[in-house]
Parts: sequence; structure tokens; C-alpha cells
Amino acid sequence: MDSALIPRGVKRCPTWQFALWIGAAGAVLLWGVFAMLLCWFKGLNQTNMNDAYGFALWIWADLAVIALGGGAFFTGFLRYIVGKDELKNIINYAVLIGFICYSSALLILAIDIGQPLRGWFIFWHANVHSMLTEVAFCLTCYFGVLTIEYVPLILENRQIDKIPFFHRLGHNMHEIMAVFAATGAFLSFFHQGSLGGVSGVLFGRPFGYREGIFIWPWTFFLYTWSAAACGPCFTILITKITEKITGKKLVKQNVIELLAKISGWMIGTYIIAKIIDTWYWAKVTAPAAGFNLMDFYSNNPFYGIWILVLEIVICGVVPAMILISEKGRKNPAALMTAIILAVLGACVNRWVMVLQVMAVPVLTFENWVMYYPSWQEVATTILPVAYGVILISLSYRYLPIFPQEQELNPEA
Amino acid sequence: MFPFCFEWMWDMSHMVFMGGLWYALTIIGLGMTFCIGKAFYDTFLDKGKDDHHH
Amino acid sequence: MKEEQSKEKVKKFGMVIDLDKCTGCGACMVACMAENNVPFKEDESKKLDSITWLRIYKLTNGKPFPDADICYLPRPCQHCGGKGEHGHSPCVSVCPATATDYSKETGIVSQIYTRCFGCRYCMAACPYHARYFNWWDPVWPDGMEKYLSPNVSVRMRGIVEKCSFCFHRYQLAKDKAYFEGRREIEENEYQTACTQACPAGAIAFGDLNNPKHAVYELKKSSNAFRLLERLQTNPKVYYISGREWVRRAGDNYLKDEKK
Repeated sequence: MDSALIPRGVKRCPTWQFALWIGAAGAVLLWGVFAMLLCWFKGLNQTNMNDAYGFALWIWADLAVIALGGGAFFTGFLRYIVGKDELKNIINYAVLIGFICYSSALLILAIDIGQPLRGWFIFWHANVHSMLTEVAFCLTCYFGVLTIEYVPLILENRQIDKIPFFHRLGHNMHEIMAVFAATGAFLSFFHQGSLGGVSGVLFGRPFGYREGIFIWPWTFFLYTWSAAACGPCFTILITKITEKITGKKLVKQNVIELLAKISGWMIGTYIIAKIIDTWYWAKVTAPAAGFNLMDFYSNNPFYGIWILVLEIVICGVVPAMILISEKGRKNPAALMTAIILAVLGACVNRWVMVLQVMAVPVLTFENWVMYYPSWQEVATTILPVAYGVILISLSYRYLPIFPQEQELNPEA
Repeated sequence: MFPFCFEWMWDMSHMVFMGGLWYALTIIGLGMTFCIGKAFYDTFLDKGKDDHHH
Repeated sequence: MKEEQSKEKVKKFGMVIDLDKCTGCGACMVACMAENNVPFKEDESKKLDSITWLRIYKLTNGKPFPDADICYLPRPCQHCGGKGEHGHSPCVSVCPATATDYSKETGIVSQIYTRCFGCRYCMAACPYHARYFNWWDPVWPDGMEKYLSPNVSVRMRGIVEKCSFCFHRYQLAKDKAYFEGRREIEENEYQTACTQACPAGAIAFGDLNNPKHAVYELKKSSNAFRLLERLQTNPKVYYISGREWVRRAGDNYLKDEKK
């Protein structure tokens, strides 16, 4: 039925099967949209946030998807600036995943603010000293860049490409893509960092506060670094999941391994920096505010020292070691484990730096406050996942996302 | 965001921050203008030119 | 007019609260809510989303009888001056939309309700939990809107609010003084609602820079302390207590640390 839209030389599932798949994801999407509308029309009393948890699940989701979407800027940086040419075989997908992550983050932010209609104040009345201002500006600009990177892909659709203007536009955009990629990398370095700064500058919150250099707390650099390290792992993870679902090999193993190797070294160096940062914070910064390390990890029902071990050792040191070693990368099970752990590591780090910052009591006569999200918060956080599934499915079906697909699946 | 917003100040922070922003926006804007402009020119104004593929 | 204003001395309004006098009666909280049109819920049992610009904490020394002791601690916004008195209080520097501002003339941290878009970053930044979010639109019981103060705007759902040191009273006092041809206002012309409501006289309010104001001397007491001074938030609310455990409760100390 839609065969005229499907790229030449590749095989896709029957239309009914595709429609069923989109329908299932669409149902989840609608559930999320319903929750979103509840939040917009009834207000944030629909959430389980409260005055102790001004930041909660949504801010975590924002920070996490942006870190994981960092695969787009870093892969782009490696491909266009550093000149790792093999990565052209995965850059399209990295861009698409980044596009989904960033649009999701913007959507969640739009739900998260108490007065969504005043959202533009952050641009118009910008306080240039606020990390959130920098995040908003760079995030929006970089989303624009990702759109520019994604558009040529849409223009490559078999039918759209027939129109000379679109064909030429796509061609021109490809020609100067390095300029956009460089701008994107510039913007990403800053907004990834500013997201780290969000908790790092909170000198009233000893759990999140970090010293730093000039106006930037150390978390600024750690966030950029970890996004560049773990983002590509997320790209690989989604690629692997896509291969599993489609039952096809879509990207050659040497491309995956190259990205995994770079990612491994990035995680390795990041985790060393993170360990130094944690050590200095535990020994100098926090004690200066009157806190021992264990004050942050005891007297509460959830946050034990296990979460620090999970983040740094299990989801940091372990994947770094696996990905750095050639043997680890060549072993599919080990590679998968490392990829999943690295993605989890970025998520745990963002969780801790948002939720645990809120949970830790600062006044001596206050107690730990625990929080669990309401269904509306969960639904609106799953919404982007469903949206991502739909956009990936549509893109995979109708656009030539994987340059190596035809070569890897010649029977089609 | 603009010098006519009342909280704007001509200080270092504003110049660095907004300078970076407008710099990035200019590059993106000029880049896209070039792409669209060239595509428009090649398609509608310079029809004789060969259509070259990448 | 502008030149006249700039000749005025820079003020630093602040509070000194004598915790040994405070009985925890809550009159200050009630006065604050009435004065500032603070909204309330039908069911106020869930305190984590209640709005209390001034909140009274109950502190205990944790010791068994006969050494057990309690202390009530009223906590308004601390109007932090930030490190080095530059006005970089934890909340002001993080607000992305310049909706909260530090006044260099008065030292008061303001909240611009019509500017705030409810990102709640300031709440995440404030270690005193002095900032509150309007999770609901305010609903006043029938007829109560007639009792609302016309000097303070009511707030809508989705924005953050907090203690303003009854700034509207400062504006009214200034207006009156200007009308009467005076440049300065007297200490008693600008007092917060909580200060005036306290039956024990535990709260003193005034210009911390002005030697004629009571707070100027009170804050110098050897028993005076501020909350979380180690964080360098530089609050303008001082507390006084003759009890060592109360003073020590004002900040965090390492287990083996001597004050």
C-alpha cells in the first residue's frame, strides 16, 4: 500500500503489521497525552511533587534524555570535526535519536513549568547568571540544529527526493553539514555543562554543590563529559534494539565497535574525573558545610551508599573496562552489558543529582523527604518513549537511515 | 534577550552570554539561508545547470 | 527624586528573633497569612504542599526527662545576601526569568509574581524551604475575599511565593514619609505583621545597618546566630538563644567537631 514511499532495495513489514505496531505505541502515546492535558488544565497538583520536591521525576527525565541524546552531538563531532568517516553509517540514527531526546526534553519542560503560557519569559527576561537560562537557550538552539540535521534525511525519502527543489536543498544541507555539526557541538558543550551546573551551583544544598573554576562548578564539565561518553552507548543500545525488532543487521560491527571503543575511553576518563570529584567533595566541600559523607547516605529508607557504588563502580568502572578492552568489545554479551550499564550509569547520576539533592535535609531540624511520582508524572515521562518509538518506526520505514542496510541484507 | 528588555545591562555577562547566543543563531541562520537560497536559485532561476548528485 | 533617593543610606532590613521568648503560639504565622493573603487548602493536613511564609519549627534536644527541652523556631524567608554581600542569594542567582530580585537598597529578596513562570529552581536552591509553590489556584471561603488585604496581590496557580518582609508596608511608610516631606522613615513606621503580632515580643525588625534600630545591637549578642551560616548564604534573620544546643541546631557540624 505504501510501497512507493519505502526506500528502494530494502524490505519492510506489511502495512497492516506496521499499522498495528504504530497503533500500540499510539495508545501509550494517547495515555501520556491525556496525563499531559490533565497537568496543563488542572495544574501541577496532578503530580506528587511538593514544596520539598520542586524538582522531581520530570527534571530527572530531562537531564537523562539530554545526556543520552548527547550521542548525536558527540557522534557528529567525531564524524565531521575529528573525521572518523566510518561513523557516517550510524550518524543518521544518532541524529534521529538526538532529535527525539531533545524534542522530548522540551515537551517535558513545557509540562513541568507551573505557568506554561509564560514559558517564553525564560528567553525574553533572561537572567544570564542562571544555569537554567543557558540550558533553555542552548537546548532550543541545538534542537534547531538537530532539526536541520534531520531534515535532509526526510528529504531523501523516495517521493520527496523526486522534487528538484527538495533534492537540491537536501544536497546543499549535506554539503555544509560540518558547519551545523560544529555549531551543534559548541551549543552542546555548553548546555550539557549547564545541566550539570543546575545542581552544582546550589551552594545552599551541600549534596549537590561543587566547587569549580570561574563560574562553572566541576559538575559542568562532568556532565558534558559523561554525556559524550554515555550518549553514544545509548545510540548503540537503540541500534541493537532496532536490529532485534527488525530482525536485521543494520550497522556493521566495526562501526559499533569503533563507537564503543571511543565511548569506553570517554567513560574511563570520565569516571576517573568523577571519582576525584567525589573524593574531593566528600573530603573537603561537604565537611566545610558540616556534613560527613555518610550523612548523605544514611537515616533514610532508600538512599544508601549502594547508590554511589552502583553509579561509580558498577555503571562506571565496569563498562569502561569492558569497552576499553578489545576482547570485551568483540564479545556480544559483554558489549551489551557494558552498553546497558553505561546508559544506566548516566541515568543514576542524573537521578542522584536531582532527586537526592532534594531528599537530603539541610536544616538540622528537618528530616529526609521521600517521593514517588504520581501516575500523571509517569505517563508524561513514558509519552516521549512512545513518541520516540513512533518516530523511529516511521523514519526506519520510509527513510534511508541505515546506509549499510542494503549491503548487509542483500536478499531483499 | 534584547537590549530593549529592561533587565538588559551592558555588562560582561550579558555580552558574553548573548554574544554566544547570537553568534550561534547567526551561523545557523546564514547556513540555512544559503542552503535554501542556493536550492531556490538552482531550481527556479538557473534551469540550464546540470543536476549533480552527491 | 532619583537623586534624592540615591542620597539615602543603604538599608539592610533584617530580623532578630529571641527563641527563648518564643512560646510557639503561632500568632506570627496567622498574622502573616492574613496580612499577605496567603492561600490555604480545605484540608491542611498534608503540610508538604501548604503555604506558610512564616513557619514555626519545633526543635527538641533529644534528651530524656528531666533534661528534655524544646524550642520553637519561627522561620521566615532569610533574605540571604549571599557570599560577600553581592546579592547572590541562593535563589536570586538561579532564577532564569529574573522573577526574584535582591534589592541593594533594602536587602530584601523580592518575588515578582507576574514574572515567575513556575520552574521551581529557586525552591531547589533554598536550603531553608522558605519558598512555596502554588499547587492550586487560591480558593477563599464565601465572603472571605472581602477581608483580603488590598495592598498585597493574590497569587495564581503555578508560581512561587515567599515572605517579602511585608514589603508593601515599607512602600506605604515611604509614601507617607514622602508626602510629609521626610526622606527617612522611623523604625516603628515599618514593622512586619509577624513582629507586631508576637505577644511575647520575641521578634524584632529593623534596619541592621542603622544604630538607632533595636536589631542593630541585638544581632551583636554573643548568643546570636543565623541558620546554616556555614553555607555562606548570609541570611538577614538572626536568632538569639541562651541555650547552647539551640544555637548548635542552627548549623550542621561534623560528629567530632567542636564549635
